[in-house]
Amino acid sequence: MLRYALRRAVWLIPTIVLVTFLVYVALRLGTDPVASYRRTNIRVSKKKIDQYIAANGLYTGAFGYIRGYFSWLWGFVTLDWPRSIKGSRDVFATLKDALANSLRLGIIASLVGILLGNMLGVFAALRPGRLRDTVVNSSALVGLAVPPFVSALLLQLLFAVYWQKWFGYALFPVSGVYPPGHQGFNLFLMLKHMFLPVVVVSIQSIAVYSRYMRASLLDVLNSEYMRTARSKGISERRVLVHHALRNALIPVTTLAFLDVGAVVGGLIITEGMFEYPGMGRFFLIAYGNGDFPEMMPWMVVIIGSVVVFNLLADIAYAKLDPRIRLA
Amino acid sequence: MPEQSSLDQAVGLSTESLSPGRLAYRRFLTHRGAVVSVFVLALLVLWVLLSPVTARYGVNEQVFDISQGANQNLPPSRIAWFGTDIIGRDVYSRVLYGVRVSLVIGIASAVFSLALGAVVGAIAGLKGGLFDDIVMRVTDIFLAFPFLVALLVIRNVFGKVGWITWVVGTQGSLRFMVFLFAIFGWMSVARVLRAQVLSLKEREFVEAARALGASNTRIIMKHLLPNSIGPMLVSLSLGVVGAIVSEATLSLFGYGPDPGTGATSLGLLVSGSKSAVRAGYWWLALYPFAALLIITLCVSFIGDGLRDAFDPKHGGGRA
Repeated sequence: MLRYALRRAVWLIPTIVLVTFLVYVALRLGTDPVASYRRTNIRVSKKKIDQYIAANGLYTGAFGYIRGYFSWLWGFVTLDWPRSIKGSRDVFATLKDALANSLRLGIIASLVGILLGNMLGVFAALRPGRLRDTVVNSSALVGLAVPPFVSALLLQLLFAVYWQKWFGYALFPVSGVYPPGHQGFNLFLMLKHMFLPVVVVSIQSIAVYSRYMRASLLDVLNSEYMRTARSKGISERRVLVHHALRNALIPVTTLAFLDVGAVVGGLIITEGMFEYPGMGRFFLIAYGNGDFPEMMPWMVVIIGSVVVFNLLADIAYAKLDPRIRLA
Repeated sequence: MPEQSSLDQAVGLSTESLSPGRLAYRRFLTHRGAVVSVFVLALLVLWVLLSPVTARYGVNEQVFDISQGANQNLPPSRIAWFGTDIIGRDVYSRVLYGVRVSLVIGIASAVFSLALGAVVGAIAGLKGGLFDDIVMRVTDIFLAFPFLVALLVIRNVFGKVGWITWVVGTQGSLRFMVFLFAIFGWMSVARVLRAQVLSLKEREFVEAARALGASNTRIIMKHLLPNSIGPMLVSLSLGVVGAIVSEATLSLFGYGPDPGTGATSLGLLVSGSKSAVRAGYWWLALYPFAALLIITLCVSFIGDGLRDAFDPKHGGGRA
């Protein structure tokens, strides 16, 4: 087990380096960082441009890409990050805040999804083909079919625009983490601002988990060892909890690991719709400005989390399911 | 129960022998949501295809009403069924044209990604080895990445390549959108097809074909692809919805088709309504949203029905 984990972990760093290199090339080809720097800072001196090129490793030529990537990587690893092209912001501090905001939103929404979704999935799978199964399954299908921006806009309309019209005040705010001009920490205001985004994300995650759990539990319930357990005379309750649920949770656990990995990348559409200052919105703004110094660290964080949580999911799967042979 | 006999046939208990296709068709008919969805969607598509007759105005034609002075932002009425937009165009007609464009984007992208993904997935599953490894790693990376980010980055890269924009048009064109979604769509299709081929290729009938000297091409074309029709249809339905929703999402953030070309799409209608709704012009959002939801819901239910029909092990309840 440990050997398997270590052997997989050894490949982490090379994978991340290779993928970030590809992303580096794609971003340079796609956005032309020097041109967007000139566009954003119009009267910038030649010397500043050279500094910018050196700081980001934006050398030209085929060899320049490789040399540039490694010079950028060195700066990144030593935390000597170039400043953003727009407003010359400290990218590390901004990215840290965005990550914290995204994690807060994503983890709450994932927990809601995992708890409610799995419960609904179990509820449906225990009586396959009956009314409750049809209702849960069809609602999950509907939940998945409604694009997040549609539910976001509808909720904003109902709780902000029309609530304001009917009752004279907005029940939930529609953007940001705090009202404009707010200073310091305030849990109540924060939760109030997070409520609608959490609902939008939860609709999707509840739907995903309930369908997944239902399929997984149905698979287990139809297996031979369930019949064995019942014929041994174990109580129905024990059969369900110890034999069925435990096995059904294995694939769901790996899905949860992958989900947390994806949460780091932010929930781009939801954050965009609610102007929630998380990772997703960070990227949308950086992309809109063609801000290479902001996009690269963002990409590294995303790639790192995707690769690491993929690994964790695989390890969890191998650990939980003794039938998996480690190749 | 009077339906018992038809139910028995539906789950394949009938003594009369039926082809797998017919069995799947019968199982599909037992999925009520899917059958209703087929009818609703067919009606919508027919209505949209007949837009020269069913639309009341041109796509950019303004509604001129003599009794009222202004024609901007009119609420739904007899003159304009779904109201008019900020420059006085008929929302009902624009929704029809928008659905038409979105359906073309969805179907074209799904067909292209299905063709590409089926071939790549079948070869990867059949041959294995290095090609399989490369395809699976590439799709792994892209599918793990946030979809919208991958879409935006690739959009920029391909938008800069001269010969690609010469073939499929510039970043804002509809052809470029189709190209972009097809570039992404083939990956999930390839994974599904690969899994299907991996399980099929060990079967006796493939072995028999191989023993009779059939080439790989023949085995793929005559045996593997026809037996994968179920997963392919499901992928196709997912692909259509995926492309339509992606187009709407991109438009919402300002990276969709160029509105300057004069054509409209569901995405452009939805994104255009975002600010209008806050001002109280709800009809600008309601009808495009309703059209979008009808399409996504219907196709999702049809996909679910197809999955149950071709893979009776999962879903359907009788597991």
